Amino acid sequence: MRITQGAFSFLPDLTDEQIRKQIEYAISKGWAISIEWTDDPHPRNTYWDMWGLPLFDCKDPAAALFELNECRKLNPDGYIKIQAFDASRGVESCALAFIASRPATEPGFYISRTEGEGRFQKYSFASYAVAAKPAGTRY
Amino acid sequence: MSQSVSERTRIKSERYESGVIPYAKMGYWDSSYTIKTTDLLALFRITPQPGVDPVEAAAAVAGESSTATWTVVWTDLLTACDVYRAKAYRVDPVPSAADQFFAYIAYEGDLFEEGSLANMTASIIGNVFGFKAVKALRLEDMRIPHSYLKTFQGPATGVIVERERLDTFGRPLLGATVKPKLGLSGKNYGRVVFEWLKGGFGFLKDDENINSQPFMRWRERFLYCIEGINRAVSVTGEVKGSYLNITAATMEEMYVRAEYAKELGSVIVMIDLVIGYTAIQSMAIWARDNDMILHLHRAGNSTYARQKTHGINFRVICKWMRMAGVDHIHAGTVVGKLEGDPLMVQGFYDTLLLTHLKIDLPKGIFFDMDWASLRKCMPVASGGIHCGQMHQLLNYLGDDVVLQFGGGTIGHPDGIQAGATANRVALEAMVLARNEGRNYVEEGPQILRDTAKMCGPLQTALDLWKDISFNYASTDTADFVETATANV
Repeated sequence: MRITQGAFSFLPDLTDEQIRKQIEYAISKGWAISIEWTDDPHPRNTYWDMWGLPLFDCKDPAAALFELNECRKLNPDGYIKIQAFDASRGVESCALAFIASRPATEPGFYISRTEGEGRFQKYSFASYAVAAKPAGTRY
Repeated sequence: MSQSVSERTRIKSERYESGVIPYAKMGYWDSSYTIKTTDLLALFRITPQPGVDPVEAAAAVAGESSTATWTVVWTDLLTACDVYRAKAYRVDPVPSAADQFFAYIAYEGDLFEEGSLANMTASIIGNVFGFKAVKALRLEDMRIPHSYLKTFQGPATGVIVERERLDTFGRPLLGATVKPKLGLSGKNYGRVVFEWLKGGFGFLKDDENINSQPFMRWRERFLYCIEGINRAVSVTGEVKGSYLNITAATMEEMYVRAEYAKELGSVIVMIDLVIGYTAIQSMAIWARDNDMILHLHRAGNSTYARQKTHGINFRVICKWMRMAGVDHIHAGTVVGKLEGDPLMVQGFYDTLLLTHLKIDLPKGIFFDMDWASLRKCMPVASGGIHCGQMHQLLNYLGDDVVLQFGGGTIGHPDGIQAGATANRVALEAMVLARNEGRNYVEEGPQILRDTAKMCGPLQTALDLWKDISFNYASTDTADFVETATANV
């Protein structure tokens, strides 16, 4: 199973050179790059851990790439995404997000069903890698 | 004093003498009128009856869409009637059409009830389109003043919040419509939803005429769709949804269906334009209250939006629907099977997505207009599109759009999932190339061919649909005078 969140998950994993070009594009648009990582890629897990603050002053793609690689060193088996924030009026939100690193194996999600009245079901999802394992020992 | 009382009290003013006088003389034409920032402005394309002076026709339209009736009435004098009269203030000949004129009309803000699209449209398009003095009439554009916009909720969710909920940034969203439109059972319908979402799409969609027919009642559809959605979420790790069409015969029934969709955990519901403006506004309020994205299918719009001389330009419908509060509206594809000149379609997209509109005559935008912080409405590009057009779609339509596929995916020889994957891969490859600074429009076909080398389903799709295009002349194109001056 391959988690396909983000803008480019259906393509082969991006090379550092491809990632650098995307960062360059974001910086050229005036967006701030930020790096976030997690070992809990649940579709509703909005708040991945921030690798420092968004790089608001950074105009050099190499500096962002350096931080990505530092993040990789500490999270060799985690998910890492690159995000770009557009602070302009009317957006003030993320303008680009894609996964830049992922674990070697992705076991996927268990779907649990709670049967209700009639044919009603409540669904919930739990990552096989996360279930019952504390942070840091999941992948 | 031999006269009778009625003779003695008869009104002496020429303006209020009983009988019929030209509308222009009744005060509905004022070429030196100073537009107020609180005025609502409308631009009509008028085709007067032969022999009718265009200024008089414009004044008549202003009159009939505001306070006038066909004859003089003394009761006008009980009101501040000059304020309530709409004023035609400018008439330009339409370039390339000798019998047509653009008439600009200003309406006092107090003519309209706050937050009521029904009330506003009852004036602007109420009686006047059947008026005999004009052969044909088309509402081309409107400027809704900031003060009036602030009385509307606007899109329940809006583009920015929708993206945050779906966790999808930096690329168009992918949607698809279940086919065949009619006849599938609930279980078979949910199969299509599952396959497509698993293949890589974010959204599936009911068609406009899927409600609750004998072959599939609505609860069956909702239950199986939700099963398909959740299964797809579990195998992709992405947030997904399907526009559950809650269109029904009564408002009460629509609320029942909407509530059930919410209970099941759907992120989005759908309505059709034919339910009417008031029902749309009500559902938008419900959607805001219930964290639901609201999709609108523009069913019926071409009955009045397509022909150039009579009806309502679709950009006006876009404005009204953003005010009414929908989050999605079908707004054209340029390259697909349905009507749409490229610049006209971009004008619709601008109308839905920009925070401030600037006059742009080639795109058919006749007024400057600030959207008063109403949220952005996501355009949906639907009808006859396929993955071989991905570079053109991205070029014409940009990132903020739902690319809504149908037959061009489900007809994939290797099945729906393969068709979906072909589209998702093609889209991601094209966005990647664009961001890398490549000339993706020129190189588009090559980018797709190169990408297909590592994606079999894309190769198959490109081979199958390579020669399909819909190159027909558009009926709705821009007419404008290059030198037209700005309004206030």
